[in-house]
Amino acid sequence: MTALLSVRNLRVEIAARHRVLTAIDDVSFDITEGEILGVVGESGAGKSVTGTAVLGLLERPAYQASGQILFGGRRIDALGEDAMRTLRGKEIAAVFQDPLTSLDPLMTIGDQLVETMQTHLDLSHAEALARAERLLAEVGIPAPRERLQSYPHEMSGGMRQRVVLALAFCCEPRLIIADEPTTALDVSIQAQILDLLRRMCRERGTAVMLVTHDMGVIAEATDRVAVMYAGRLVEIGPTESLIAAAAHPYTRGLMASIPDMHRREAELTQIPGSMPRPDAPVPGCAFHPRCPQALARCTTERPATFARGASQVACWLAARSAA
Amino acid sequence: MSTAKDTLLSVDRLTVRFDASPPLLKRLLTGAGRRTVHAVEEVDFEVARGSTFALVGESGCGKSTIARTIAGIQPPTGGSVSFMGVDIAGFRTRHAAMPYRRNLQMIFQDPYASLNPRWRVGRIVAEPILTHRLMTSGAVLRARVAELLETVGLSPADARKFPHQFSGGQRQRISIARALASNPAFIVCDEPTSALDVSVQAQILNLMKRLQRELGLTYLLISHNLAVVAHMAEAMGVMYLGRLVEQGDAAQIITRPLHPYTRALLDTVPDPRAANRARARLSGEVPSPLAPPSGCAFHPRCPLANERCTRERPRPVRVDAVEVACHAVEEGRLPALPHQNECRSTGDAA
Repeated sequence: MTALLSVRNLRVEIAARHRVLTAIDDVSFDITEGEILGVVGESGAGKSVTGTAVLGLLERPAYQASGQILFGGRRIDALGEDAMRTLRGKEIAAVFQDPLTSLDPLMTIGDQLVETMQTHLDLSHAEALARAERLLAEVGIPAPRERLQSYPHEMSGGMRQRVVLALAFCCEPRLIIADEPTTALDVSIQAQILDLLRRMCRERGTAVMLVTHDMGVIAEATDRVAVMYAGRLVEIGPTESLIAAAAHPYTRGLMASIPDMHRREAELTQIPGSMPRPDAPVPGCAFHPRCPQALARCTTERPATFARGASQVACWLAARSAA
Repeated sequence: MSTAKDTLLSVDRLTVRFDASPPLLKRLLTGAGRRTVHAVEEVDFEVARGSTFALVGESGCGKSTIARTIAGIQPPTGGSVSFMGVDIAGFRTRHAAMPYRRNLQMIFQDPYASLNPRWRVGRIVAEPILTHRLMTSGAVLRARVAELLETVGLSPADARKFPHQFSGGQRQRISIARALASNPAFIVCDEPTSALDVSVQAQILNLMKRLQRELGLTYLLISHNLAVVAHMAEAMGVMYLGRLVEQGDAAQIITRPLHPYTRALLDTVPDPRAANRARARLSGEVPSPLAPPSGCAFHPRCPLANERCTRERPRPVRVDAVEVACHAVEEGRLPALPHQNECRSTGDAA
């Protein structure tokens, strides 16, 4: 399998008043055609910034300091704004957390779909409209023909997110960046939207970068998962094996701190402290102040990446057990 | 539900409705009628002293309205809430309500919105003490604030700081310190960890449990996160469209849910430890509380609904340690669980 998206040594910095903060620190990963890669981490870990960088939507004071982003073998991080705009929406689509902010409140659903398709595809208005109706039916919106005339405010949150999915898929993209697509929704609706996203991607062979803080969503929907901590990638591997046997102490701590519905413990395992902020970076491994197994070298030396089974782990402990 | 245990809070046939009618002139011109939001309908439950009672349900099911009614922020339309044996709707003056309010505090979901950004932490935590005139001397008050901050895992020096200098989890600790300031018996926790990351959530849940043990606190926990509820609560109630559809022993409801809605809700929760389990999906969305369906409000989405469900509202029936309002349960039409939600041994290394 070839990599559809390839992120190489990405570094994103934020220019603050007196200094430069590092938001993403040397992150590399691939997404193959049709694969769903989950990117998980706590708030401020850099998962959304990574998605934004891939979309070419970083805004000042954030900027890409170094590294490469390749899409279908072609570098896209150095493209001009016009070329990037042609790519975005057609080849790479985005789904964001809040459907109300990604839809135009003053345009009907039908007009938004038609506009997007006519921007990127060579379709007549009638063709685009017919396709919009088919898409709305596919994402499970009842009475799609009538709904084309609706405005976003006339729909519920779940219905709006279905419309956002229709918009993302309307130009048959090869990659979708979905940033917390179900976080604003109730659990029963969340399950419906995840099922829909998975099904549509499988049918079309669309790859997804699914950014979320919810390990449950990762387990439900993804093939592989990348765990981020303080702007770095700490572990990446197949979802099933990573959840069953995480190698990085942070991933293990994260899994253990999720309450288990069917096993009541007196106390939840907690990771002491909190993630370092970008304005107070930690030398060596960013996790070492909170790590129960930190070694002497973890405090000074940034861990290299080691293979553990099918996973890649950035941790000195993995080096010791591999040796 | 009545138990022999010491009941701290008792909610009896609580109903809260909101008038959502168009303005009078518009009603006269268009002939539109009055419209009422049925937020909470005839809800009964009791909370035993020293325990945690959880209310779960999706957005708009009325769980936060119940919390607000108990906190005295929202007057009930019907029914009663009695706390330590006193009906809270009976207070005529603010003064009469003071002892009640001292004993009942609240923790809110968003620690960014619930703390005054212009106040120092010391003043935020001291506010309930001053409001209730529990202490007047500055030195004693400062010592109490320092003690409260240490109780929740912050340092006494943090009293000088402003809320923006803290992370989300630390802010929630400040909210908890404020809630504890007046030595309450009861704390209403409205989604206390929903805005937090899981590792921080674990810290806050552990803190809440430790405080409950040490101070004998009683919690009403409002949450949509069933895993959190399973971890925290002894008893729980599942709400759907303003009504309690199932309530009672939390362990029984989690392991052996009866109401089809509870079953579906448990099935839809993404669980990282059991991702590929066979499960039923809830189809459709929650109907509008402006026009709740006839009969059982869940019938349009229920796989077991029959003609009686569309017509007649089910009455709660008792099954072991829970009460459930469902015709299918009452008539014995309920199928066995497709999968057993039993304790699984999990491979998570801690």
